[in-house]
Amino acid sequence: MQIRIHQLLHAVECPPLGSVLGGTVRSNERSAHPPWSSQSGRVAAAASVNVPDKMKSRIPVVLLACGSFNPITNMHLRLFEVARDHLHQTGRYQVIGGIISPVNDNYGKKDLVAARHRVAMARLALQTSDWIQVDPWESEQVQWMETVKVLRHHHSELLRSLPWKEGLDQGKADSPAPAAVPELKLLCGADVLKTFQTPNLWKDTHIQEIVEKFGLVCVDRAGHDPKGYILGSPILQRYQDNIHLAREPVQNEISATYIRRALGQGQSVKYLLPDAVIAYIKEHDLYASPGEE
Amino acid sequence: MENSEKTEVVLLACGSFNPITNMHLRLFELARDYMNGTGKYEVIKGIISPVGDAYKKKGLISAHHRVIMAELATRNSKWLEVDTWESLQQDWIETATVLRHHQEKLEASSCDQQQDSPVLERPGRKRKWAEQRQDCSQKKSLEQTKTKGVPKVKLLCGADLLESFGVPNLWKGEDITKIVGDYGLICITRAGNDAQKFIYESDVLWKHQNNIHLVNEWITNDISSTKIRRALRRGQSIRYLVPDLVQEYIEKHSLYSSESEERNVGVILAPLQRKTAEADT
Repeated sequence: MQIRIHQLLHAVECPPLGSVLGGTVRSNERSAHPPWSSQSGRVAAAASVNVPDKMKSRIPVVLLACGSFNPITNMHLRLFEVARDHLHQTGRYQVIGGIISPVNDNYGKKDLVAARHRVAMARLALQTSDWIQVDPWESEQVQWMETVKVLRHHHSELLRSLPWKEGLDQGKADSPAPAAVPELKLLCGADVLKTFQTPNLWKDTHIQEIVEKFGLVCVDRAGHDPKGYILGSPILQRYQDNIHLAREPVQNEISATYIRRALGQGQSVKYLLPDAVIAYIKEHDLYASPGEE
Repeated sequence: MENSEKTEVVLLACGSFNPITNMHLRLFELARDYMNGTGKYEVIKGIISPVGDAYKKKGLISAHHRVIMAELATRNSKWLEVDTWESLQQDWIETATVLRHHQEKLEASSCDQQQDSPVLERPGRKRKWAEQRQDCSQKKSLEQTKTKGVPKVKLLCGADLLESFGVPNLWKGEDITKIVGDYGLICITRAGNDAQKFIYESDVLWKHQNNIHLVNEWITNDISSTKIRRALRRGQSIRYLVPDLVQEYIEKHSLYSSESEERNVGVILAPLQRKTAEADT
């Protein structure tokens, strides 16, 4: 995972600001406006320079989705595609990777099959994806952990995988142009945004850290009003610039709950989840009857 | 044997399939589960019959591509297949005629099986159905063989097709009667009540309501081809909405664009054209 992000980071074009504006910029000026920040885009715009889109520094983003994935469905996979399209369309971001992090068994949710299965199914589902991966770290921990801790972990992993680290906090004049620091954003459906309102489900400090330090990409879901949820919460309102609401044009309510019920009743779930996942489920006799495991 | 009491069913879906999506494929799965679940039917095959180019629908790309995409989509299905007969016809063909074509084909091959001989299609010559049916009925009266009934073709559709029966001039009254009277309809719908109301308000549909099976689709799976084409024009991802092979094929051949969406603009849809032509004569 680390190596891949490393390679992907190099692929993101982040030219020094000076070359974009056509003049020379001294290196200490450059360190004041790191190329990977959105400042450079805004500065270029303010200078009325017609910068072609791909020359502007886009902020690299990795999307992290936490959840049961019990089992993973085409709808989960769609979240990533829709979120990526949305962020690209803003012109400010370049999505360079996606992470699926299945929840720990100790979460204690009803009907949750063993993590090793949920991880294996996600891996099979992602075989044909060239940018999303499953990460079993969360599921391998001794106990269940809050989402913010998973975000912190993956963020530090991302930083560790950068091609260099020392220049980051020192801004040396002669350090090479740094690869942009990617942002890690939590990807979720609008239903998860709503759960922020549920008393005692999330710590307020965690909600704040999630939207302030990381950011949220929230995909539409029928029957939910994400704008309303944001307006109804002071914390979310304050950081609403860091909450991206993505529209899913194709209403696609493939809930894993329905999948489990259909499987329990011997009904077909073909075309709702990848074939490889269905084959795995049959092979391991998962979800064969209600209330298994 | 239990199975011989069940009626064998072949599901036939007609449509543009422009392009085929996971939702189309789901219709088959839902219909099969439902029909098999009644205990009275056994679904043995599903046929996708893409409409011919002569249909003249706006944005309809060449049947050649639509057929290939459907074949890619059903490549790893054990019971779904694509039939090109309709798409190869010069003129647009009414759905009732497509149903009849497939029913007769089933009767012919069922008869061949009864004769215990392999299907006799000598290269370069297809036996005419009329000949086959004559042979068949003669043989039946001569031999007292215990046979399984011939499989029945039924039209598989979404609620939009059912409700299109109400669009003036789109369907011939006699065709609707044939479809629900002689064959049968399996209609997958989210809005079961609306569909039931529609049936109630139509004398023809009401009369044959036992031949109209409404199947509830609990999952909102609104993957319409129109939305797929729109997403493609906007450079948006269609992954996980259509089978991977279909998505790759579309990308490789750059099938859908603003230009392709303008095809047949200003042209009257074939069934409406035909109705007008008939009214004039």
